[in-house]
Amino acid sequence: MTAVATTAPETTSAVVTPTGNLVLEARDIVKELGRGAGKVRALKGVSLTLNTGELTLLMGPSGSGKTTLLSILGCILTPTQGALTIAGKSTAGLTPEALARLRRRHVGFIFQSYNLFPTLTAEENVRLALDVRGDRGSDAIVHAQRALQHVGLRHKLKSYPAHLSGGEQQRVAVARSLVGAPSVILADEPTAALDSENGLAVMALLSQIAKDKSRAVLAVTHDPRTVPYANRILRIEDGLIVGEERRAEGVETVHELARNRKRKANA
Amino acid sequence: MRKTRSLDCPAGSAGRIASASNRGGPQQVFRVSMTLTLAFRNLFHDRVRLAVTLVGILFSIVLVAVQLGVYLGARNMIIAMIDRADGDLWIMAYGTKNFEEAQPIRARERYVALATPDVVSAVPLVTAFTDWRKPTGGSTLVVVIGADYEDGGLTPWNIVEGDVTALGARDAVIIDKTYLEELGVKGVGDTAQVGASRVRVAGLTEGIRSFTVTPFVFTTLNRARSLIDMPTDSITYVLAKLRAGADVEKVRDELRSKLPDSEVLTRAEFRQRSINHWMFSTGAGVALIGGAVLGLIVGTVIVAQTLYSSTKDHLAEFATLRALGSSSGYIHRVILAQAGLSAIIGYTLGMAIALTIVYLSEHTALPIVMSPGLAALLLALTLAMCAISALSAIGKVMRIDPAMVFNR
Repeated sequence: MTAVATTAPETTSAVVTPTGNLVLEARDIVKELGRGAGKVRALKGVSLTLNTGELTLLMGPSGSGKTTLLSILGCILTPTQGALTIAGKSTAGLTPEALARLRRRHVGFIFQSYNLFPTLTAEENVRLALDVRGDRGSDAIVHAQRALQHVGLRHKLKSYPAHLSGGEQQRVAVARSLVGAPSVILADEPTAALDSENGLAVMALLSQIAKDKSRAVLAVTHDPRTVPYANRILRIEDGLIVGEERRAEGVETVHELARNRKRKANA
Repeated sequence: MRKTRSLDCPAGSAGRIASASNRGGPQQVFRVSMTLTLAFRNLFHDRVRLAVTLVGILFSIVLVAVQLGVYLGARNMIIAMIDRADGDLWIMAYGTKNFEEAQPIRARERYVALATPDVVSAVPLVTAFTDWRKPTGGSTLVVVIGADYEDGGLTPWNIVEGDVTALGARDAVIIDKTYLEELGVKGVGDTAQVGASRVRVAGLTEGIRSFTVTPFVFTTLNRARSLIDMPTDSITYVLAKLRAGADVEKVRDELRSKLPDSEVLTRAEFRQRSINHWMFSTGAGVALIGGAVLGLIVGTVIVAQTLYSSTKDHLAEFATLRALGSSSGYIHRVILAQAGLSAIIGYTLGMAIALTIVYLSEHTALPIVMSPGLAALLLALTLAMCAISALSAIGKVMRIDPAMVFNR
């Protein structure tokens, strides 16, 4: 059994170059919202890349365009201008159905309010993400159970969201985002609705997931407690990326983290 | 103090989750799509709304079942005599609109028919409205049907008391049990007066009812003539039976040319003419079908309203489904499954009530009929009604902004 620390690791900034593969590339993304006199330019030419094996944080003040950018990266909104490529596939000119197909194959979402289906059990909520992909049968159940086991909720398979704590619900949401083995996981304020302990547990989990060399994780957040878990931090202001910070291993591994904590405590 | 949470899988296992069982996991079995599970749970999540939906469907089903059941029952009664009569062609007075209301024709028409090639028998039949005077006082209108049972043209069926040969006895008539009270008699052996003659109940049938609610009185040809005061050289119909394999329409045309003062109809033509008269010329059928259509409209509106409101309540979930990458078709299936489940539950309950009403009406003057065909039609109508109701909900879902998933 593995232990995940619920307290934040120390920051150890250093200049690091990405080692993973490029899975998402956004170039000169512009997004205009509203019409006529009420038209607002929410994004003013954002370019970024996401690589596998990295947890990237997108930080910025309210109204800076974080969620709009996340929506575009997740193919939920289409950019007014600019180009987006996910897993080598350009989204230009794709119909809403084709975008949905791209989403279910390559993108996993984690939402601030979990967005679980209240009438489905934890296992069913996770299985739903497979069902929309056409993955049914006993394999789907096994996948869902493994995903929940991965987030430490093996014992809550049959629990409904109403009977789960906020942290547990968010972990179900993490399992749901994970179960389809997407190339990119996009998390919108994943800790905002959680207390400190649960928030850090979820960040530790995301950090752990990001270590899988087959996917990238991008989390929109304004929670400074999440910084130590990041491999990279993008800062967005007024619809533009204004800064990028690459960090050394945010959390070495959850094993090492727990070991270090124990060592310090003993000392 | 350090706090830890347990995790069963080490880092890096996530990517293997989806592929692990492909390497020989448990045997792949077919399972019902989650669309059905989701639809079922959404439906039963709000019991009050479900109850409203079911009441709507139930109301609609029962109303349509009763209206169409009455229509079918009436139709059966209208064509019962025509279907039971042993004749391929009906010769009657020109302009006859239905079985009960026919003017007399000359009895010699029968011989013209008999002289026509392919006609193997021509049986005379007499029918007319007349008064039945009850032994207890008062009178009621009846339809006298006169035919000699030896000829086999049109004899009473479903005889539950007595025998058709009893008609050979003096003054004998056979009536239906349903009308005993209306005719003021208690059963076999009782007497009454028709026209100027005395009649005696010699037998009872069950289920021979008239659309006009006018009791049928079966008797012999000559006794019928006497009861309705018809000359002996007159009859109402000639039932022509043709040789097996004969061309019915060809013989009909030949008879028409030979009998310019009468009308010659095939069984199907006479049946249709009677239905058209009673059901459509009188407006009775239009009223029944109109009632059924109204039931469908009301049911559709109620189901559409509740389904729309349920969908509206679950919009955020549908937006989440969209964010998870579900196709439009997947979401349509959830809504349609919800409508389909409502339809099946509503249909089952509605049919239970409708069948109870059918059972209770069995021995009344206007029995409601529920045939397998009508039951299947009702199921199809219910499913169609719910599918149409689902359209507004689907329209609503298709207009949602998937980005709302970030604003919950």
